[in-house]
Amino acid sequence: MTKQFSTFYLQHLMFGVESQNIQEVLRTVELTEVPLAPKAIAGLMNLRGQIVSALDLRQRLELNDRQKAHPPTGVVIRTVDGLMGLLVDGIGDVMDVDESTFEESPETLAPQMRSVIVGVHKLKGNLMHVLDTSSVCDLKGLQDAKA
Amino acid sequence: MDDLIKEFLVESNENLDRLDTELVKLEGTPDSRELLASIFRTIHSIKGACGFLGFQKLETLTHAGENLLSKLRDGKLVLTPEIGSALLSMVDAIREMLAAINVTEHDGEDARVGLIDQLKELLEQEPVSVATSRRAMARENCEESKPESKVATPAAAGRSKKTPHVGKLGGTLVEQRCVKPEDVARALEAQEGGDTRPIGAILVGLGLLKSDELAEALRLMEERRSKATSQDSTIRVQVTLLDRLMNLVGELVLARNQVLQYAAQQKDNAFLGTIQQLNLVTSELREGVMKTRMQPISRLFDKVPRVARDVSVGCGKQVHVDTEGKDTELDRTLLEAINDPLTHLVRNAIDHGIETPDSRVRAGKPPEGVVRLRASHEGGQVLIEISDDGAGIDVEKIKSKAVERGAIGADQAARMSSTEALNLIFLPGVSTAEKVTNVSGRGVGMDVVKTNIEHVGGSVEIQTKLGEGSTFKIKVPLTLAIVPVLVVRSVGRRFAIPQMNLVELVRLDAGQSGSGIELVHGAPVYRLRGRLLPLVYLDRELKLREEEPNGQNILVLQVDSRRFGLVVDEVHDTEEIVVKPLGKHLKGIRVYAGATIMGDGQLALILDVPGLAESAGIKTESPDGQTIKASALNTKDTVEKQKLVLFDGANGSRMAIPLNALARLEKLAGSDVERSGNEWVVQYRGQILPLIHLSRVLEVRRDGGLAPNDTTFPPPGSIDVLVIQENGRLFGLIVNTIIDIVEDTTEVRIPATRAGVLYSAVIGQRVTEMLDVSGILQAPEQGVVERSKAMAVVPV
Repeated sequence: MTKQFSTFYLQHLMFGVESQNIQEVLRTVELTEVPLAPKAIAGLMNLRGQIVSALDLRQRLELNDRQKAHPPTGVVIRTVDGLMGLLVDGIGDVMDVDESTFEESPETLAPQMRSVIVGVHKLKGNLMHVLDTSSVCDLKGLQDAKA
Repeated sequence: MDDLIKEFLVESNENLDRLDTELVKLEGTPDSRELLASIFRTIHSIKGACGFLGFQKLETLTHAGENLLSKLRDGKLVLTPEIGSALLSMVDAIREMLAAINVTEHDGEDARVGLIDQLKELLEQEPVSVATSRRAMARENCEESKPESKVATPAAAGRSKKTPHVGKLGGTLVEQRCVKPEDVARALEAQEGGDTRPIGAILVGLGLLKSDELAEALRLMEERRSKATSQDSTIRVQVTLLDRLMNLVGELVLARNQVLQYAAQQKDNAFLGTIQQLNLVTSELREGVMKTRMQPISRLFDKVPRVARDVSVGCGKQVHVDTEGKDTELDRTLLEAINDPLTHLVRNAIDHGIETPDSRVRAGKPPEGVVRLRASHEGGQVLIEISDDGAGIDVEKIKSKAVERGAIGADQAARMSSTEALNLIFLPGVSTAEKVTNVSGRGVGMDVVKTNIEHVGGSVEIQTKLGEGSTFKIKVPLTLAIVPVLVVRSVGRRFAIPQMNLVELVRLDAGQSGSGIELVHGAPVYRLRGRLLPLVYLDRELKLREEEPNGQNILVLQVDSRRFGLVVDEVHDTEEIVVKPLGKHLKGIRVYAGATIMGDGQLALILDVPGLAESAGIKTESPDGQTIKASALNTKDTVEKQKLVLFDGANGSRMAIPLNALARLEKLAGSDVERSGNEWVVQYRGQILPLIHLSRVLEVRRDGGLAPNDTTFPPPGSIDVLVIQENGRLFGLIVNTIIDIVEDTTEVRIPATRAGVLYSAVIGQRVTEMLDVSGILQAPEQGVVERSKAMAVVPV
């Protein structure tokens, strides 16, 4: 059994989301900030007339803040609650990977990340982190910017 | 479901709505043959379809009703109130059965034997005099042919020419009793015999018909024909399709706006001409699509007589319903939204407003009361007035009732203006009814009336004069899809503020910015025509600026009857925008109503003025009644004693909760606690009880469910749990220890210092925090409770 993943990068880490969950990739992202919004929400995007919230994956995955000089790329995914934009550093290839290369996340992974990164595919010279799209969009329990 | 059944349901339901109106009308004019014929036809067609679709019980019921109706129509029976009631309950029964069919595709278990027997019994009543019955018989001949008239025009052409038919001139003439059927037959024979003149001319020629009668008959036929075609020219369309069209048109309008802005910089004439065309077509298209969603308010008004009849019969009053402006159109979603409030206000008007016939006569009024419904357009809004000529509302009575309920204090009541006092009836629990009747106990309360109307951006106003009656004025926008807003700017960001809430604009003098603003112990106010207007800085509310809040423009905004000033940097134009909802992560932020795409393609957030007022601490009667309760609680006059449960909420903080808010107090074993997803739960009386750890909710103000990786939980021993029932769902609130149950007042109190707490009060001689149960259950991050978000009530 192979699955098709679309990959992208965050701080040299490779992430993958199943291609069937991806609607499109945006080379440039124009954001309208939302004051008082949770910190992980970078703002709103105008996707051809539809308003889509953009989630800063660096924030969400507790990585370092992105440098201003490197504007993010947008990955629009389909979730049960509609479309959601993910801000990533750059886009990688679309890959077919075999399930045999999959392994669950190690126990040492930070607990709050365990539901988000369900596991990795062991690729040649690289690990592809498999994101769970519904938990990544679930901001419950995250520190709120309001406080 | 079968398409046939679906169509049958839609059609029958529509017909039933009409039936209600017609039956009530019929009671006023018992011998209107037109009404009787129409009612009979409706029941008859339902019966026919039932037989065809195999709904036997419904068929039997309609059959019984049909028999009764046919006797009425034939004049063998006269319509008595008894028969009227029986027929109306038949309509109700049919409606229930249709509802059952809609769900189960089966006409239910209840065969309505009682009702059928009643209908049969009424059938056996003594016949009326022969004379009337003969007159009715004559009518029947006309009525029989009438139903066919609709299809007659094209279809009847092939029929036997010998039968005089309404669709044809001969039939019409017979119906008008200008000629006898035999005469028509003679004329037809003449035609067959080679006479080429039209039938009317032959009849006139034979001296059987006057030419003006002929002209009249021809006119009548023409009228009917156009009616028949107008019925054919409408089609049924799925509402979802219309909604989609509306959305698409909204997109188109936005795209058009963007193109227009771009075009302003262009010089190509051909392009500009095309854009102009696009602009015009878009506007027209928008109007057209908006019209498809518009429906006349008669859809609501027509139901009122039936409601009024039921209520007035129920409480022994005589009421006449008057309607005006039935053709006023508004968006169907709004129509639905005001349906319940309207019905409730009408019931109220009859039940509380209109007096009994005796006391009306004593007061020098006619025994029959009048409820007047009036709808009209007023400045882009729809104004609906519901007025009665009843007793009016006794302001003093409301005040004392509100004081009695603890909603306001006695001195507060004394200070209140009568308008303010009237608004008290929108508080839950404050009723003007002397006694709870069948009518006033039913349906939605006044607080829900207000909530529903405000939910669609409308408002309710009351005017009353003791002894002369009351008027409720409902104002709702024409449509929800497109709203006029004022665009403002604060710290470089654009925000849209609905015009609906805007009262006026005040510009502070740029040279001496801030000069008009004074401080009341740190709280900024502005002297507006001699009165202090509390000010809210948008940049401070939204945490946009690090430094001191700033701004040169004050928008005077109104929520309910309260006004406040919103200070912003710049005021731009007004604009018509399409409201788009925010994603689920942003829905919890109360200051936003949505977002929109501006002409330049950029997004702007739409501010929710009531939400903004609330977050800024302006006390308003918010839709969910939350703040008014809090403010009611803050007044010191409620000396009522109540039973309170004292407990150690978290880290030794002494807290209380009213006993009646609790379902049970439980001690659960830590080992019984299980994990379900991200929640801790226990099995409790055959249910799964979600647990909320109070100390966590209070301390970190986030995630009331436990972090799933928490190793300190569950503890090995037992845990104290307050089981709370909220909206039919049970929740377990984990506390450290339950201390006691006491009966005390919460007279001495100070405002809360943290979220999740209503206030602090002296209970049992110690300062205790009163827990805000619904606040905790409703915290936006509180996933457990999100599902049952609606209408949490803190028992006072």
